[in-house]
Amino acid sequence: MRYFVEQMTLGLTNGAIYALIALGYTMVYGIIELINFAHGDIFTVGGLIGLTAIGLLGLDHASPALVIPGVVVVFAVAMTLNGLVGVAIERVAYRPLRNAPRLAPLITAVGMSFVLEGIIFLLKGSNDISYPNLLPSGSLNLGLASIGLSNIIIVLIAVVLMVALNQFIQRTRIGRAMRATAQDRDAARLMGININRTIAITFFIGSALAAAGGIINGFYLETIRFDQGFRAGLIAFTAAVFGGIGNVVGASIGGFVIGIIIALVTGYFQGGGQWSDVVVFSILILTLVFRPTGLLGMRVPEK
Amino acid sequence: MKSKKRLSLGKGLAAAGRSQTFLYLGIGIILILFPIFDSDTSQVNVAAVAGVWILLALGLNIVVGYAGLLDLGYAAFFAIGSYAFAILASGQFNIHISFWILLPASALIAAFFGVLLGAPTLRLRGDYLAIVTLGFGEIVPRVFRNASIFTGGVNGIVGLDQPKVPPVLGWSGNFGFNPIPWYYLILAVIIVSLFLINNLRNSRLGRAWMAIREDEVAAAATGINTVTTKLLAFALGASFSGFAGTYYASKLFLVAPESFSFQAVSVVVLVMVVLGGMGNIRGVIVGAILIYFIQTYLLIQLPGWITSATAALNIDFLTKLDIGSYVQRSNYLIFGIILAGIMLLRPQGLIPSAQRKVELELGTSDEAVADLGSA
Repeated sequence: MRYFVEQMTLGLTNGAIYALIALGYTMVYGIIELINFAHGDIFTVGGLIGLTAIGLLGLDHASPALVIPGVVVVFAVAMTLNGLVGVAIERVAYRPLRNAPRLAPLITAVGMSFVLEGIIFLLKGSNDISYPNLLPSGSLNLGLASIGLSNIIIVLIAVVLMVALNQFIQRTRIGRAMRATAQDRDAARLMGININRTIAITFFIGSALAAAGGIINGFYLETIRFDQGFRAGLIAFTAAVFGGIGNVVGASIGGFVIGIIIALVTGYFQGGGQWSDVVVFSILILTLVFRPTGLLGMRVPEK
Repeated sequence: MKSKKRLSLGKGLAAAGRSQTFLYLGIGIILILFPIFDSDTSQVNVAAVAGVWILLALGLNIVVGYAGLLDLGYAAFFAIGSYAFAILASGQFNIHISFWILLPASALIAAFFGVLLGAPTLRLRGDYLAIVTLGFGEIVPRVFRNASIFTGGVNGIVGLDQPKVPPVLGWSGNFGFNPIPWYYLILAVIIVSLFLINNLRNSRLGRAWMAIREDEVAAAATGINTVTTKLLAFALGASFSGFAGTYYASKLFLVAPESFSFQAVSVVVLVMVVLGGMGNIRGVIVGAILIYFIQTYLLIQLPGWITSATAALNIDFLTKLDIGSYVQRSNYLIFGIILAGIMLLRPQGLIPSAQRKVELELGTSDEAVADLGSA
């Protein structure tokens, strides 16, 4: 039982990170039907911006009283800047191709992924960069098992962000514009919605959430690497597909489910760690083949 | 008046065709005589490996350029071809099937896996296909790495068989590590492939691919079986990759799982095709040679030159900057800029095919109509 709880904790924690990335994929796909291959690397960039902010604020050796407000500032700065990175990529690379044949923006997205990875590689090299863990190190004893405080905080941050996002999309004017644009861009435009602005906001929010995921991932693994976004991005995309692409709640749940699946495969099968990626990517293919709308998918992809 | 004009245009084309024939003949003669001028055969070896990449690019061009399907897992078929040969022609299980049988067989095996993956997924829309192939491309090398009983795991399989032919002109007939026979083999394969692809392109099938690429709904309406047609492109592209894999593995004498990653193969071949010009054979060959040159020569030599140049200049500031090490690490950025830059600024590639150019520049205006119709 103790072992099971440990594995579930691990799965939920990683799942929270995957979910935060998956939200960006699903929102962008929902609104412009583009697989934003660069999103995994936007996640890495967000983590690096966070790392830079931590360094500038000197948080890795600040007094404990300063750490909490400091971390809040780090999140705010990294999420804002990374959001702008996402908006810039959309503006420069995707918007000019919005009416081009489908192949063009897809290839451009792969290209932007390599541009981001290439820039990080150029500046930081290919080694693991150490990341300070600013989360508390204690653990909560539940009798059956003890759960790390950091795990609880990570899941909490992710859930708070997800709920906030969902409220934003469901309750606000901009959220309504996003839903309308996703449903029918031309009709939305006729209703007076500024399509370009709405799409830019979608990229901003998706990239901001990826930055939060990137910082949490850095805290949790205590390391960051230029190409971590490739694997994390593909896993998160699986989560988005699994939950039903275009569906924000689905992506959140999908992230946790995929995280748990990885943890259980790794924890309960001999040499499972080597096979967990194979299992996840097989889920990706099988979901797309047999249930392309995902578990919770409402949007039926045309063609 | 009009017919006269067309006639003169036809004459012009014929003249252009004749001068092109001479050009190709010239290139062919140079390529055949090339090993004679390279005394230490190191350049012949480079050219033979470049040939592998040309073959890969030609194969991917069928999938991406002709049929308009984005295959991001092209390395998987390369890996399948390599490992099929490695398992069936080495000491691993003491099976030693002839290279000359396995070369076409591996193309068939790769095509089989292409069909296996393509049959259920080619019904999906294009962007889903891209992510499915990306997933497949990540699965295959991991399976080869993990199934170590069959594949030697991380270390791969070493000591693969190498082809033999009857002795001619005092040459023993053993390929071994002698690059000259390898060079002529890949040259012959590429020439045969070029004839094959060229004919295929102008055949009913080739025209069906391009019809699907331009407008799948319209193509289906004219009676083209879109799934079968796409599947053929996918399988044919995969067979090129498998074929190249066997050649590459045997020439290299070994296989190892990490040489088949997305970053090492799939994207590189895609960059070659996109840079040269999707759908244009000449463009794709030029793209393959350019990227191969950049990756295996320029990015390796340039840092050294820059370092020695800055050392010679003896400016402290420049030496400290260490530009050379940045250049060495710039391959990802270069690939990314080529992919995004070409798509944004010159989607037809460096050497465009006339048809593809029109299509990519103007877009297929029918698409918007189709979207409105289905919404």
